[in-house]
Amino acid sequence: MRRLSSFFARHPRGRLAALLAAPVGWLVAVYLGSLVLLLLAAFWETEPFTNDVVRDWNLDNFRQILEQDVYRAVALRTIAMAGLVTLADAVLAFPIAYYMARVARPRTREILVVAVLMPLWASYLVKAFAWNAMLGEDGFIGWFLEPFGLGPPGDRVGLWLTFTYFWLPFMILPVYAGLERIPASLLEASGDLGARSLRTFWKVTLPLAFPAVVAGSIFTFSLTLGDFILPTLIAKEQFIGTVIYSDRSANLPVAAAFAMVPIIVMTVYLVVARRLGAFRAL
Amino acid sequence: MTESLTARVLLRIGTGLTLAFIYVPLFVIAFYAFNENISLTWPIEDYTTKWFRIAWEDEGVRDALLLSIKAALGATAVALVLGVLASLAVARYDFFGKETISFLVILPIALPGIITGLALQATILNVLSPLGISFSIWTIIIGHATFCIVVVYNNAVARLRRVSGSLEEASADLGAGAWQTFRYVTFPQMRTALLAGGLLAFALSFDEVIVTIFTSGAQQTLPIWMLTNFGRPRELPIVNVVALFVIVVSIIPVWIAQRLTREPTGVGGTAAAAVGARQ
Repeated sequence: MRRLSSFFARHPRGRLAALLAAPVGWLVAVYLGSLVLLLLAAFWETEPFTNDVVRDWNLDNFRQILEQDVYRAVALRTIAMAGLVTLADAVLAFPIAYYMARVARPRTREILVVAVLMPLWASYLVKAFAWNAMLGEDGFIGWFLEPFGLGPPGDRVGLWLTFTYFWLPFMILPVYAGLERIPASLLEASGDLGARSLRTFWKVTLPLAFPAVVAGSIFTFSLTLGDFILPTLIAKEQFIGTVIYSDRSANLPVAAAFAMVPIIVMTVYLVVARRLGAFRAL
Repeated sequence: MTESLTARVLLRIGTGLTLAFIYVPLFVIAFYAFNENISLTWPIEDYTTKWFRIAWEDEGVRDALLLSIKAALGATAVALVLGVLASLAVARYDFFGKETISFLVILPIALPGIITGLALQATILNVLSPLGISFSIWTIIIGHATFCIVVVYNNAVARLRRVSGSLEEASADLGAGAWQTFRYVTFPQMRTALLAGGLLAFALSFDEVIVTIFTSGAQQTLPIWMLTNFGRPRELPIVNVVALFVIVVSIIPVWIAQRLTREPTGVGGTAAAAVGARQ
């Protein structure tokens, strides 16, 4: 032990290798290995009678996904939902983020950051149950809307509200950070040059905060694409996640091939987001 | 202050509405735990505490709770070791591929949980089972540890960047071996950050459901027990009690961790915390 210790004291490279071996080994073997296996599985097929996976390489799974209308409809529905959720989150996040960044005193700001962060850690499942109960017949939302003459929302709207609720903090935090970085002098200069506050907001604040909104949208979009528990609990329709989930035991290769859809969509999304400067706003 | 009075009033209202939107569902679920009836009708008519006793005596709940605690402890231990090693390498050395390490650590939590889960399931079925490791507490721990590394790593790197490395160099100059330097210089400086990272990892693992569905086989952790029994009307009141319990158990460690570190909540820190809390 002592000899080993003094060897490492003299050899920084050896020390580095010893530090990296276990974590990198674990992540490469367990995680990257699994992802590669998932990719490979997308090219395998399932024996129809025994449900066993046969390692017979072909592109049938991808053909099936591209040609069958069901898969296309599910993919488009999920992407549209992700877009609408992102939009709603951006609209809801802006006022509170702006208030935190530019109006609130430091003490209030600190409390608000924690208040936004805390619910993220409150059990995912419990929040899902809460929304299921609130949206249900005789639930809280119906009770809340009744005095306004409105009925309880339908499945799609309910799911949209639920997703919006779940990922909202992921939008608030980057937008808050982005707004905080805008120098106050820029906004004052805009005012000095004669712009009214609304014009300053549209022409100065919003363009400068946009990369931060894109940064937040990475989370809201990606999380909506991959979720399968909320659609199961709230709506009766199929989404990408629910299809992958229900296919996984009967037909792992098709599930693996369909899993490539969110991976590809997110890769494209990340490339575009990077161009828009979102990574610097993270 | 460039904002007009009207703007500030409107912003306050917007902030209040968003906060209400965030917190109302949490309070609703807390109230349901005390609901006398076996239904989810709102408003609640009669309140009772009897479900707490019934939940406590339920064997399914006890077994699931025990499995969750064991799995979370195991995952936290693995994540602590791997996270600390990786953080020391990244914060104290310059080397080719350093960016890749951070990327690799974050990846399991950045990709949708269903992808991580499905990939791990494919490995368990195709690689581990033939080797004799089938679905067990170990597969749960392997899965959880993989995505828990990031919270330990983030806390440890943030701390190591804040405390200078010169103390460690001084220790080496004075003749300490690598282990002595770690034990007497580096570790004491990291202690609270590691405690915080460990607490967050525990909270993350204790609460996780998506990846667990794919790695647990027939075993039930507490979240899986909840998911299975939510659809059963007879069990619903017990699920509500467990739900309140789970909220408390996952928020307390996070609250302590927040107080322990008090790292300057910079952008990176906040975003990382957000990423860490995904599930």
